[in-house]
Amino acid sequence: MRSVIDVMDLSVGELDELIETATDIINHPDDYADVCHRKKLATLFFEPSTRTRMSFEAAMYELGGNVISMSEASSSSAAKGESVADTVKTVSNYVDIIAMRHPKEGAALVAANNATVPVINAGDGGHCHPTQTLADLLTIHREKGRFDNLTIGFCGDLKFGRTVHSLCSAMARYPGSRFVLISPEELKLPSYVKKNVLKSQNIPYTQTTDLEGSLQELDILYMTRIQRERFFSEEEYVRLKDSYILTAEKMKNAPEQMIVMHPLPRVNEISVAVDDDPRACYFKQVLNGKYMRMALIMKLLKEAGRI
Amino acid sequence: MNIDSIQNGVVIDHITAGKGMKLVELLGLNESELSVAIIKNVHSRKMGKKDIIKIDADIPFNLDVIGYVDPEATVDIIRNGKLVEKKRIGQPEILKGVIRCKNPRCITSVEQELKHIFKLVDGEYRCIYCETKAD
Repeated sequence: MRSVIDVMDLSVGELDELIETATDIINHPDDYADVCHRKKLATLFFEPSTRTRMSFEAAMYELGGNVISMSEASSSSAAKGESVADTVKTVSNYVDIIAMRHPKEGAALVAANNATVPVINAGDGGHCHPTQTLADLLTIHREKGRFDNLTIGFCGDLKFGRTVHSLCSAMARYPGSRFVLISPEELKLPSYVKKNVLKSQNIPYTQTTDLEGSLQELDILYMTRIQRERFFSEEEYVRLKDSYILTAEKMKNAPEQMIVMHPLPRVNEISVAVDDDPRACYFKQVLNGKYMRMALIMKLLKEAGRI
Repeated sequence: MNIDSIQNGVVIDHITAGKGMKLVELLGLNESELSVAIIKNVHSRKMGKKDIIKIDADIPFNLDVIGYVDPEATVDIIRNGKLVEKKRIGQPEILKGVIRCKNPRCITSVEQELKHIFKLVDGEYRCIYCETKAD
């Protein structure tokens, strides 16, 4: 049973195919309105994430399917001590596909190994969040018109930021990618990501703590939130949380064609004033995420012979 | 002590000097009631010094444990006082239930009876669930 745990589970060819499908959905939504008629998606969210859950649910409804959800994790079977394996074995009997978010890293793999229907990882702790990367890729494709020869600046929490690790891995597969890694010392990209993704493929990258000085060379600025939930120490979080704030003033020094992305939710790392800048693409990412989730749900249901 | 001093059992030989005790621990031999000889810093022409473990019982082993601790180690199976098989273990691709993932954020820290599995990636063992490097 094919599941998607990591964006790297999908080949470049499959990513192209998903982008093509998503683009066709955008252009001809009515053609897809009944594709998942009488099919059910379960959204199993063991930690709160309103936007991702709603995106999956909107995606399934727009495909003509239905959604069943777990009530809050705190009052569900998980709170009674049920394992992830048992939960998905049970839920597999009710639905055609599962989207699952869980605070523990690797939970999605446990789910995929035990479910009898496809599982889409909707985020497993600080590990992977493949559908966010799909949203990012469609946004890059729509805004820049290509994936090759782009310089991408990742800024903020590059240590725990799973969206950064995933997008970095995905973009590293395209020729001419270059990365500028902007973060405080404490939140640098982990060395294993640098080794396995960048160094192993000889992909050029620079590391810096300077956001403003890096802007000029970027095609894409990917901002991230410093995530409170990834820190064991509140003190450490408070010290680092305001490391980078992108303001309208700083955007004056950025190239005309540079786009600004952010996986959202933001706290204060992008000033609200930047929202009116035509280069701000983070709300477009949200919409693109829904289309890519639609494309992915369809792909996995087709492969499972359920549509 | 010679190999032929065991009638039916196993000799783990060519262990890099200093790794014998870790192997004993991971194989659970320190808690076992079997007759076990741990010989440290034995002179070896090839290795200079080596450790040897002799177990006077024909029991099944998780060979992956040996390969994990020391891929160069060899396992000699002795039956009726004779060497019947010699195995070079090498580094296993997958380690199942040999070591534990120490990442408190990993699903293995909470999921009931989930086997800790590590995969060899670029010469390092990483948890298949959270990709954390083994200690």
